[in-house]
Amino acid sequence: MALLDVSGFSSFSGFGKHRQAQLVDRPNHYSFGAKSQEFAVPVGVDPSTFLKSCNCEDGVSIDMNHGTTTLAFKFRHGVIVAVDSRASAGSYIASKEANKVIEINPYLLGTMSGSAADCQYWERLLAKECRLYKLRNKQRISVSAASKLLSNMMLGYRGMGLSMGSMICGWDKKGPGLYYVDDNGTRLSGRMFSTGCGNSYAYGVVDSGYNEDMTVEEAYELGRRGIAHATHRDAYSGGVVNLYHMKEDGWIKVCKEDVSELIHRYRKGMF
Amino acid sequence: MAARYDRAITVFSPDGHLFQVEYAQEAVKKGSTAVGIRGKDIVVLGVEKKSVAKLQEERTVRKICALDEHVCMAFPNQSTVFISLTADARIVINRARVECQSHRLTVEDPVTVEYITRYIATLKQRYTQSNGRRPFGISALIVGFDYDGTPRLYQTDPSGTYHAWKANAIGRSAKTVREFLEKNYTDEAIASDNDAIKLAIKALLEVVQSGGKNIELAVIRRNQPLKFVTSPSEL
Repeated sequence: MALLDVSGFSSFSGFGKHRQAQLVDRPNHYSFGAKSQEFAVPVGVDPSTFLKSCNCEDGVSIDMNHGTTTLAFKFRHGVIVAVDSRASAGSYIASKEANKVIEINPYLLGTMSGSAADCQYWERLLAKECRLYKLRNKQRISVSAASKLLSNMMLGYRGMGLSMGSMICGWDKKGPGLYYVDDNGTRLSGRMFSTGCGNSYAYGVVDSGYNEDMTVEEAYELGRRGIAHATHRDAYSGGVVNLYHMKEDGWIKVCKEDVSELIHRYRKGMF
Repeated sequence: MAARYDRAITVFSPDGHLFQVEYAQEAVKKGSTAVGIRGKDIVVLGVEKKSVAKLQEERTVRKICALDEHVCMAFPNQSTVFISLTADARIVINRARVECQSHRLTVEDPVTVEYITRYIATLKQRYTQSNGRRPFGISALIVGFDYDGTPRLYQTDPSGTYHAWKANAIGRSAKTVREFLEKNYTDEAIASDNDAIKLAIKALLEVVQSGGKNIELAVIRRNQPLKFVTSPSEL
């Protein structure tokens, strides 16, 4: 109705399919995905109650595993991003070379931990929104805006069982940016983050070796060590270390090294 | 011919006109004159103030509004004899203000002048392409500074198009004022802030009876909020 539209009021009649199509297909999508939901939640179904019933002790328990280790830290010469590459389904290793870093654009990276499906889907959706932003506004999206978009998407489905812990790293007009976004809608800006079930081991290593004025090579080595030691102790992390360096003129992929070879190199002094 | 194709907004005439939109543009031409100047470190908006009735409070007739701290817009409106299209402007301004804050919330950066102009223009265009509605009967001059300090001046019209300008005028006798500006807008003419303000006043005086009572002037300086200029001592 014309009057409803003019006043900006939208009647909250649930997630009807017709209304959704209207919102998502509009070419002038200035709401940045915050207002529209990608998936209709069927009327009468409450995902959060269903999930609570699955997590209790008696009855079927569905364990949400977050098997991975990823880390990222800022230092004088940019941002280092290091991830492992093991994809696990329970105790079965589904892939030893999964790609847990999504290259959104030459100045923006996103890491993935948690449910592989959720991460891949939502971060690719984020990449689409970033590309659209660049086309509409003729400049690249800022890291804070990109991470805000992702956390708004997560907030739309809060409590419904999404599982995602991601770090959005980039370099924009304000300098190097690092944000942690997760499925609760948490969004934190910080100097260093590590996610996944191997994160405590990674924190230990990086915290003890971190120095703001590290050289680039020292920073690479610190990132490698963090992941390598985490994969050594955590059963759900392993494979190879994928290491990226975010610089002022874009990111570069530094290396992709097998963790068992790295551990052999570090063996001196360990056993 | 026009009579058959101008009832509904969503109908083209055989020679390609959307008559309702053109009539809306005519409505704009009846409004009071507004002029906008883009200087080097300042943007100036000046609007002709129609004389108000004796018992009317002058302060309630404002034609220059801030959309955000660094952006403002002016729109000419009709005298109270005809249907006032200030009401149309109020709706647009409200939506633009909400969009400015929405943008700050989502993107954590203030809007660029081009972005908010594009939003207003898209809003206007939507009303030229749906049934049951009529176009907004306002043109607007939108001025401000971008995040990186560049001054901008944009103009929108009822059809939903927008253009960037160095200096422009809309409303009654806009053509005369624009010709004056084309002759007198030079780099020396806008060399300092005060020069830009003086140019805006001189341009308006071409069509307005002289006297401070008849001109409403507002400026935005870089990194400063919108300020109304009410007395010559402020210059």
